[in-house]
Amino acid sequence: MIIRRAHRVLVQGITGRQGTFWAEKMIEYGTRVAGGVNPKKAGETHLGLPVFASAVEAAKDLGQDGGFDVVVQFVPPLAARSAALDAIAAGAKLIVMLTEHIPAQDVMYVLAAAKAAGTQIVGPNTAGLVTPGECFVGIMPAFNRNVFRPGRVGVISRSGSLGTQVCLDLTRAGLGQSAFIGVGGDAIVGTTSRDALEILAHDPGTDAVVLVGEIGGAAEETAAQYAATMTKPVVAFIAGRSAPVGKRMGHAGAIVLGARGTYDSKRRALEAAGVEVLDLPSGLAPALARALACAGPSQRTA
Amino acid sequence: MNFEEHVAKAEFAAAGIPVPEGRVVTTPAEAEAAARALGPVAVKAQVPAGKRGKAGAIALADTPAEAEAAARRILGMTLGAHKVERVLVEKRIAIARELYVAVLNDPASQGPLVLFSTLGGMDIEEAAARDPKSVRRHPVGILAGFTAKDAEKMLSGLDLGPHAQAISKLLVALYDFWRAHDAELVEINPLAVTASGELVALDGKLALDDGALARQESLAKRGLAEPLTGLEARGRAAGLRFIELDGNVGILANGAGLTMTTMDAVRHHGGRPANFLEIGGEAYTQSKPALELVLANPNVRSLVVNFCGAFARTDVMAEGVVAAWEALRPKIPVFFSIHGTGEEEAVRLVKDRLGITPFDSMDDAVASAVEAAR
Repeated sequence: MIIRRAHRVLVQGITGRQGTFWAEKMIEYGTRVAGGVNPKKAGETHLGLPVFASAVEAAKDLGQDGGFDVVVQFVPPLAARSAALDAIAAGAKLIVMLTEHIPAQDVMYVLAAAKAAGTQIVGPNTAGLVTPGECFVGIMPAFNRNVFRPGRVGVISRSGSLGTQVCLDLTRAGLGQSAFIGVGGDAIVGTTSRDALEILAHDPGTDAVVLVGEIGGAAEETAAQYAATMTKPVVAFIAGRSAPVGKRMGHAGAIVLGARGTYDSKRRALEAAGVEVLDLPSGLAPALARALACAGPSQRTA
Repeated sequence: MNFEEHVAKAEFAAAGIPVPEGRVVTTPAEAEAAARALGPVAVKAQVPAGKRGKAGAIALADTPAEAEAAARRILGMTLGAHKVERVLVEKRIAIARELYVAVLNDPASQGPLVLFSTLGGMDIEEAAARDPKSVRRHPVGILAGFTAKDAEKMLSGLDLGPHAQAISKLLVALYDFWRAHDAELVEINPLAVTASGELVALDGKLALDDGALARQESLAKRGLAEPLTGLEARGRAAGLRFIELDGNVGILANGAGLTMTTMDAVRHHGGRPANFLEIGGEAYTQSKPALELVLANPNVRSLVVNFCGAFARTDVMAEGVVAAWEALRPKIPVFFSIHGTGEEEAVRLVKDRLGITPFDSMDDAVASAVEAAR
């Protein structure tokens, strides 16, 4: 989903250094932060907001004020699983998992539990979601007007730093953004690049999409299959063309991935789907401007 | 984290998966002694590299003298980046059939995937590529786990003779092992059906999820350290992921994605990167030791500093870079591109303290660094 100003956000780990810094930034920008969680500081007030023992407790107490839709996590890797299960039990619609280095089996467990409960997960290891001019959830410089401006280009990125660079280039070229979706840098994530493409394809505020991928895994190849069905223009950059080839342990990875996962495989798959793939991120904005000029106003809806 | 075959096998054996009797030795004389005790043996290099058989790092020996000669040849071989320092001398078993089993993390199904094939052996990848149906794939719902019933369903319709039940049991044991140990891969290729009808793991591959090492301490102690250069080891000790490359343009950037992109840009402009160095996550406060690492590489002729702050604050990173630069006074040119969180403060710092004006675009900074390194 695209984060909107109407969404109410609960911050797990709000009292920590990063939780405090980013919760303040979110509130300043316009995100409706309803409260926070820290089991050791339940009942206290932080940044003028109530702190709860758990998301489940927060849901009970905030219920009559509209509760919350989104939970964002500022928690250490080994605490992420139980925090996410708490958020799922509390009925969160969306959990944004920022934490890097969460054990993979914990992530799988959370994704399975979320699926069963109808909760959407973004991340882990994501920089979050930005809807320029409305709100943001995560650790992105949404408030930096050199980087983000409201507009009609959707941006999908596995990397926060590179996603920031790309949005900066778009803004400089006069192309504002409808949404930034950080899908996260881990191999296993709740919202894939393909899922994010689908979200933006159906968003009436989005005219075109920039897909920022990386080598490894088959996320870009899978996204390419969906891109082939889209009418909105998609342009892409894939990081890691010059990275040394990693070695593989065992045969299982090769059996499952086959020839996918390399830079060439990703580029071929995207180009075959009609996606223009650029050699450098700086080529994205001009390519997008060309594509939008060609597409014209008739392409304004998916 | 990877493990040598003999460690993986010892762990599998403890989980109830039969493995051949064997000994790990480091000299030809020990190999000969082991073969004297075991009879006909296989002598196998213990390195975490694939395709050992095809590389000649596995030999069959019928006599102790042959085992001694095989060990003499294999010890000291180099496979990939690994020097062979140990061999596993293992009792040979009469094989009737070779199977393939594995459990691994599968991004596509967002959960574990159990694999089984009757085409086990050295050419499993080629067989799987030729005929994808020859490998059975069972995505596991991790909440419910993987049971004997799931295994039986997975194997249904395959001609496994009287062994179907034992194979099901072994698949469940392998899955439970994967789950209990935070493995990201467990693989047995081949899983032998012996002439006497037993199942025996003739090889064992085990990789642990690096994110879970903190809660798998005892197993992690038996794992292999990555082969690192001196500088890479120094980086690791400082909590930095630093990889030495063969070029001369030093790179300091934040986040894996932006760092890889900076490397790509150096190549695109005709240069060669000297390193990969990610100061992502909390490591963004480490830009001073990070810069010291990049500059400790004597091949570096120019440096590009490319920061795009999201979580990482460019003002904090720039402060570290400026401090390191003032302390080291390097004789090479440096080219900055700084954007995102904290950029105004960061740009001012670099201008005021180093007298350098950052470039407006990453491309220009990189192109200038490549030019200066020529």
